[in-house]
Amino acid sequence: MRRGRALPYLLLLPGLLWLVLFFLAPAVQLAATSLYDPAGSLTTGYAMTWSFGNYPDAVAAYGAQLGRSFGYAGLATLAALLLGYPLAYVIALRAGRWQNLLLVCVVAPMFTSFLVRTLAWKTVLSDSGAVVGLLRDLHLLAPDGRLLATPVAVVTSLTYCYLPFMVLPLYASLQRLDPRLLDAAGDLFARPGQVFRRVTLPLSMPGVVAGTLLTFIPATGDYVSAELLGTPNEYMVGNVIDAAFLVRLDYPQGAALSVLLMAAILVLVVGWLRRSGPTELG
Amino acid sequence: MATEEPFHGPGPGEPAGALRLVDLTMRYGDVTAVDRLDLTVPAGSFFALLGPSGCGKTSTLRMVAGLAEPTGGRILLDDEDITRLRPYRRPVNTVFQNYALFPHLDVFENVAFGLRRRRQPDVAGQVRRMLSLVALDGYERQRPSQLSGGQQQRVALARALVNRPRVLLLDEPLGALDLALRRRMQLELKRLRAEVGGTFVHVTHDQEEAMTLADTVAVMNAGRIEQLGTPAELYEFPATAFVATFLGRSNLLAGRVYGRDGDDLLVQAYGRRFSVPSARARADSGEVLLGVRPEKVRLVDTPEQVPAGHQWLDGTVGEVGYLGVSTEYSVRTGAGVELSVFAAADGEAPRIPPGTPVVAHWHPRHAFLLHGGSTFRDAGTAAPPPVPPPPVPLSAGPE
Repeated sequence: MRRGRALPYLLLLPGLLWLVLFFLAPAVQLAATSLYDPAGSLTTGYAMTWSFGNYPDAVAAYGAQLGRSFGYAGLATLAALLLGYPLAYVIALRAGRWQNLLLVCVVAPMFTSFLVRTLAWKTVLSDSGAVVGLLRDLHLLAPDGRLLATPVAVVTSLTYCYLPFMVLPLYASLQRLDPRLLDAAGDLFARPGQVFRRVTLPLSMPGVVAGTLLTFIPATGDYVSAELLGTPNEYMVGNVIDAAFLVRLDYPQGAALSVLLMAAILVLVVGWLRRSGPTELG
Repeated sequence: MATEEPFHGPGPGEPAGALRLVDLTMRYGDVTAVDRLDLTVPAGSFFALLGPSGCGKTSTLRMVAGLAEPTGGRILLDDEDITRLRPYRRPVNTVFQNYALFPHLDVFENVAFGLRRRRQPDVAGQVRRMLSLVALDGYERQRPSQLSGGQQQRVALARALVNRPRVLLLDEPLGALDLALRRRMQLELKRLRAEVGGTFVHVTHDQEEAMTLADTVAVMNAGRIEQLGTPAELYEFPATAFVATFLGRSNLLAGRVYGRDGDDLLVQAYGRRFSVPSARARADSGEVLLGVRPEKVRLVDTPEQVPAGHQWLDGTVGEVGYLGVSTEYSVRTGAGVELSVFAAADGEAPRIPPGTPVVAHWHPRHAFLLHGGSTFRDAGTAAPPPVPPPPVPLSAGPE
């Protein structure tokens, strides 16, 4: 009897231990580092001086990159939603026997490394590439206009990288959608657009919420896209944190920016879940 | 077969909602779900499409609703061709199997859905009146998942009826309910229909439900209408072996017409001679099936006790099934055919034990004659055909 009651806790133990060791402890350490004396260095050592001033200093120095992170991630999430929703809809409701093949195609890019894919975009968007050439011919781009080293390139890459994380949850929620509900809406005088707005979209909201979170959160912390496809003018907070820890060796500032990023994401996520969370379906 | 009737359009005073299907066909690949169906549903009738699963009745309903596109043929509503009309443009509403209520909307919004899409005035008033008609006042803010099956059923009815459809389509509406609730909802449906009027087309595989509710029943099998008529006509004088065994049970004796005696046809079956009034014959020559309903057959002890004018077969009681209101005897006749007999449990006659020799008899006017031979089709699983006999290794000796 006692053992039976203890079993669930025993099963929790390995996971809990893992989280404490590799998430909680580092997070506490990170928060502590963000309050170290900024005058210290790796060679002289850091003193814990509760320097809350690190935060306003970091925002003053890198507020632009922080804002850009959320801006780019927001744009990429929106683009992924607009591209991913129709795709997930067709796969879930119209693809028939092609369903599995199409799903594999959505996931297939992830079989190659993130780095390789981002580098490939460098070629695709290069000044002498077909895309830029075509856009210039169509006068959608000035004769000397470029895509590489612009925000467009960074947002495109972010969208591309996280699209599968948008499509899969959307697919899962659309696939559970009872097609008879769509029949019923049509039978009750809803035109196709109204069927979508009044039935399909509300019922796929759990997928929209999950997909946007899974896209937005990693995209805000991304730094590879900006590094490879942008210039310092497109750098996101991830690039700054990367440089603070690995180039400038300014640990307190890197830590302060990391904590700020985490806190900001947390606030945005909770706000989003409150507005359109899964409670919608009761 | 009585499947074709002249078409009557709605007259000046008649309620609208006359539905006419002309040559309607639906094929999925090689499978023909609905096969050149011709059907007229008069305005204001309660019409049941009855058949086993896979007979094409739901496909027919979906084509009328506009949810499936016919491969061929036409659908006319009050003489207007609606075959190619989008579902949201048809003055037709459906009560779906398993209801298909919107889970993200409450009861009020579910019922208001159609009114809002058509921008009707006084949505709140209309919804409330409809909800009170189906006895769901006070449930406006509940979600469908919080309701019982019977309540969900009533929401589905209200959601369709509030739009005052010219034709209401009901797709197995009571199939998901338990027996007691189904009976209650049948009465409710009759009452609602009396209050709101209009044409109701009801698809079901439950013959009792069809007979209880509908004023006209069309029995459908393999994409075609086997017979159309009032429940009494269908039951008393079925047109095919399928109808005879799907709508209730029938004893069907394979035989051959060998002559005529006045108004009677003479039939030889299992070495015995029988007669059937020619008014009750669907076939008057060749291979036939002589049918008689189990409750029309009586049992006596000896041939001497058979009333004058009755026809009989002798045999031995095999299995005895107690059904409460009646007792079902399976009689293995000397002629080699199994007869099913229902004896009313009126408390008069004692129960006959298995193995007892008996004589089964019936009046010729209760018999009917169907086409036999290769055209023989029965309802299969719906009711076991009288041949072949089940193994009854009881004490019954050879005659």
